[in-house]
Amino acid sequence: MSKVKLTIDEQTVEVDEDSSILEAAKEIGVDIPILCYHPDLSLHGACRVCVVEDEESGKLLASCASPVRDGMKINTRSMKARKARRRNVELLLANHPNDCLGCDRNNHCELQDLTYELGIKSEDVEKFAGEQSEYEIDETGPALRRDPNKCVLCGRCVRICEEVQGVSALQFTERGFNSIVTTAFDLPQAEINCVNCGQCATVCPVGAITEISEIDKVWAALEDEDKHVLVQTAPSIQATLGEEFGMETGTVVRGKMVAALRKLGFDQVFSTDFAADLTILEEGSEFLKKLNGEGELPHITSCCPGWVKGAEHNFPDLLKHVSSAKSPMQMFSALSKTYYPDQTGVDPEKIYTVAVMPCTAKKFEKDREEINGSDFKDTDAVLTTREFARMIKEMGIDFTSLPEEDFDELMGESTGAGTIFGTTGGVAEAAVRTVKEKLTGEPLERLNLGFRGINEAEVRIGDRVIKVGIANGFGNAQKLLEKVRSGESDLDFIEIMACPHGCVGGGGQPRPATNEKKEKRGQGLAAIDDTSKIRKSHENPQIIKLYDEFLGEPLGGESHHLLHTKYKARPKN
Amino acid sequence: MKDSIYRSHVLICTGTGCVSSGAKTLKDSLAEELAANDLSGEIKIVETGCHGFCEKGPIMIVYPEGVFYCEVQSDDVAEIVEEHLLKGRTVERLLFKEPMTEEQIPSYQDIDFYKKQQRIALANCGKIDPEDIDEYIALGGYEAAGKVLTEMDAQEVVNTIKDSGLRGRGGGGFPTGLKWQFAKNSESDKKYLICNADEGDPGAFMDRSILEGDPHRIIEGMLVAAYAIGADEGYVYVRAEYPLAIKRLEKAIEDAEEYGLLGDDIFSSGFNFKLHIKKGAGAFVCGEETALMNSIEGKRGMPTPRPPYPAVRGLWGKPTNINNVETYANIPYIINEGADKFTAIGTEGSSGTKVFALTGKINNTGLVEVPMGTTLKEVIFEIGGGLGQGKKFKAVQTGGPSGGCLPEDYLDLPIDYDSLLDAGTMMGSGGMVVMDEDSCMVDVARFFLNFTQSESCGKCTPCREGTKRMLEILNRITDGEGKEGDIDLLLELGEHIKSTSLCGLGQSAPNPVLSTVRYFRDEYEAHIHDGNCPAGVCEDLAGAYVIDEEACIGCSKCAKVCPVDAISGEIKNPFTIDPDVCIACGACEPECPVDAISQG
Repeated sequence: MSKVKLTIDEQTVEVDEDSSILEAAKEIGVDIPILCYHPDLSLHGACRVCVVEDEESGKLLASCASPVRDGMKINTRSMKARKARRRNVELLLANHPNDCLGCDRNNHCELQDLTYELGIKSEDVEKFAGEQSEYEIDETGPALRRDPNKCVLCGRCVRICEEVQGVSALQFTERGFNSIVTTAFDLPQAEINCVNCGQCATVCPVGAITEISEIDKVWAALEDEDKHVLVQTAPSIQATLGEEFGMETGTVVRGKMVAALRKLGFDQVFSTDFAADLTILEEGSEFLKKLNGEGELPHITSCCPGWVKGAEHNFPDLLKHVSSAKSPMQMFSALSKTYYPDQTGVDPEKIYTVAVMPCTAKKFEKDREEINGSDFKDTDAVLTTREFARMIKEMGIDFTSLPEEDFDELMGESTGAGTIFGTTGGVAEAAVRTVKEKLTGEPLERLNLGFRGINEAEVRIGDRVIKVGIANGFGNAQKLLEKVRSGESDLDFIEIMACPHGCVGGGGQPRPATNEKKEKRGQGLAAIDDTSKIRKSHENPQIIKLYDEFLGEPLGGESHHLLHTKYKARPKN
Repeated sequence: MKDSIYRSHVLICTGTGCVSSGAKTLKDSLAEELAANDLSGEIKIVETGCHGFCEKGPIMIVYPEGVFYCEVQSDDVAEIVEEHLLKGRTVERLLFKEPMTEEQIPSYQDIDFYKKQQRIALANCGKIDPEDIDEYIALGGYEAAGKVLTEMDAQEVVNTIKDSGLRGRGGGGFPTGLKWQFAKNSESDKKYLICNADEGDPGAFMDRSILEGDPHRIIEGMLVAAYAIGADEGYVYVRAEYPLAIKRLEKAIEDAEEYGLLGDDIFSSGFNFKLHIKKGAGAFVCGEETALMNSIEGKRGMPTPRPPYPAVRGLWGKPTNINNVETYANIPYIINEGADKFTAIGTEGSSGTKVFALTGKINNTGLVEVPMGTTLKEVIFEIGGGLGQGKKFKAVQTGGPSGGCLPEDYLDLPIDYDSLLDAGTMMGSGGMVVMDEDSCMVDVARFFLNFTQSESCGKCTPCREGTKRMLEILNRITDGEGKEGDIDLLLELGEHIKSTSLCGLGQSAPNPVLSTVRYFRDEYEAHIHDGNCPAGVCEDLAGAYVIDEEACIGCSKCAKVCPVDAISGEIKNPFTIDPDVCIACGACEPECPVDAISQG
């Protein structure tokens, strides 16, 4: 690609000819404020916060949407440009509740940051005081809360839902000042085809889309002396939680995380990674059966609740291919109220289970009517990584200086295979690792299906070649599954994760989220796998004990009752 | 019957304007009357498109004499048949009367409204039956397309249009030939051509009239453009609110396909062109080309940033050329007559003619086409016949709802793209609204901004939020609650919205406000500082009415019409108006037989 040379704030920069002014400025460390722009999404050019001045024409250009031109002279710091940015943010604030103190995004809000950075004072906004939008807040959930009053119409949610996830649950409607982002026919969030992936919440710059918080419920349980509170943390949390405390993206904080959970008052601190190993044994056995002709290939994973709901809406014809194995979280919770009391003698009625998840869809999954395996509600509360971090902050815990602690016994041990469940390709890798060894006794070389949206690999197992495919991001998943539907694909095993990059890119993970960050988080998990003493699920001693003492065989009667589930078709819209 | 020879042709305008004033019933009555007099074989009725003189509709022209009758109703038919068609005597009472001179003019070429016009885009409107392709062909139709497809190469066509200096008639004024060149230069396996007929300016109806009155001209213009840029498929994006235009265009496309003028291998040249109609749902912003393309693609009609320009990446990602109806309507003329003849009309920077929809407080409301460079005064006072009821001219607004208002000092301004821009308004698609002394300029600005504000797509911050705040400020000024600093705030916001909005809608929406502040600042100040609306339009600022006790004869007529019972008194004694109750509606004033009531 040919290069063009331009001047930005009197510095010369040479960039590809298809670069935007914003990208060119970034190359030389010139930081232009943005709001609707997001590096992983299509250009929208709507907020007009990133305007810069073209010195030749004196015109203001939206730097995100304006391509560079040879010889261009751009001033990002002129009074004219700064004033225009301020004015646009002032106009946004004039129609914003500005109730920052009670907002979920207080201190983590891009609009708040802009207000501060651009030097906007209250009186600048009061000048434009007038009508304010008044909309009902949609808390029908169960995963996501939408407050259109806070929406700045940047369209990031609309774009990610359409472009990346292929769901299009949200769209702009109405005109002018009455424009609003809403669901089709303004239906409540609970009644639409939303898969609850929460990608909208990860890109929303303000508090317009957030998870439905369960923090208070969990505090109440922790305060209740009659309750025995168990917590499990999903594999990806250990590689993302640190970001909430200013640590480098991808830093593994497993030991500090465990210590923090103990400080919060949880009676037992366990790991969902353990249940991920269990999933591999159940699902791996299921896949083996299908390979042997019992059941239809391809086998499609079921650990992602966003994908499962998406399949129910969009691929009801493929549900027979989806593993009946519950997600690791639900397997864990079912055992928490059966196996755990069996082993410890704790009254299961008193047990309260909390799951710390990277995911908003898990809040939906726990309430599915057919999901419970014990005689109780298996999962009582789901916290996102963000909610968990807020609880740590509320307790005044200095996270970064915490000591490293280990998970509790019984359901705390995990293998590298369980850990990589938290990133794209991890489930497939873990499953094939076990399947290959069980069939041939030979270890598996790393598949490294990588971070591409859709990837495929072939694994030779004995005299048979198994075709493994992965898709992350529900948009990519749909592309792959359309091929399955049409018969174009001849894959044997398919891993689907609804969020880009898998759970490290989940809707409950720290904000702001970009593909760049998600990749680093995944590398953090891979590093744990690489250095794990045990890397194969079937070698997890606590899993072996679980089968020996409680479950019997994978896919056996007790396993089937506690660890497997069923699905139902849902309307497409 | 096509081949029969008639001794007379009676042309009845069946454009939307005349239809709404009764042209269809008129036509039916005439047909009956002709049959009753056994004249059906001698006299032919032709339904034509718009003559432009909608104020005087329904319009009827009788040929070969060329007698122009206006405001003809069914009741007049018997007399026209008896007197004119049988006895050859003109029905004088139906002739047009010049508003200024009261002179009766029998022939329409002699009427001032038409005399000063030069019709290129509207050449056939009102002259031919738009649903008869043969009539279009008989007047030289499709000759330009034939010439282009069989004798010229694409670059020659582009060069001709470039040489003609034709600029986009939809409002932007971008050189058409250059636009075609960009689209031609883009390499692609597929290109599209679009005709923008999403005429959204309130009161504008030039595109509708051309589509209704001469649809084949648009098809021909598009055919030439498609050949020039290498497109084999096109769309006419037309508002669903234009059913007659759609019906006639559909018929025209069908007929052109039947004649081999659309479809494959046109004129045996190997060139293919397929034309579709896409109905728009009436969003003003869909006149913006990127929003229009999104709408065709089935997406929300919302503009996207340019570049990439449609010529590079347009409809469904393919290079696309978009021109307005009137732009295409000029193409056959330029090809047939040559670029030189076109540049001889108009001014140096703005060649050719421009169609205007003349409305407001003017005698001759209607559609006019004048050479560029004609002054505002010529259009308003000579063609438009001046203002009604002897009122004084105050301002003219050009360019549709986003245009600006010019005061009397600018009446000698030549109408061309650049002069209008310099004066703080724009050509737009050709709306021209005349205002008299009874118009409040703050209220006018508020009216137009209210339109653009509610038609904003809501995408970009300055247009969505900024126009709302400007409107709120204007509302409070007209409500008598204007504050010190409001004018400056309007100017500041207006300039801000213009310079940072995403598309043309926002970039021009503040124009009515900015131009009225520029030329009529005193009116704003009177509202804010003196609590007075000089034109007496803003109700909250208007003073109560008072009765002159000396003159009042105590007839009580005023009290009977007062909607709020503010007037009281005893018969034959002077009445009084309670100023606290009076809402200054003015209903009482005309009722008084002795002119004893006036506004305080």
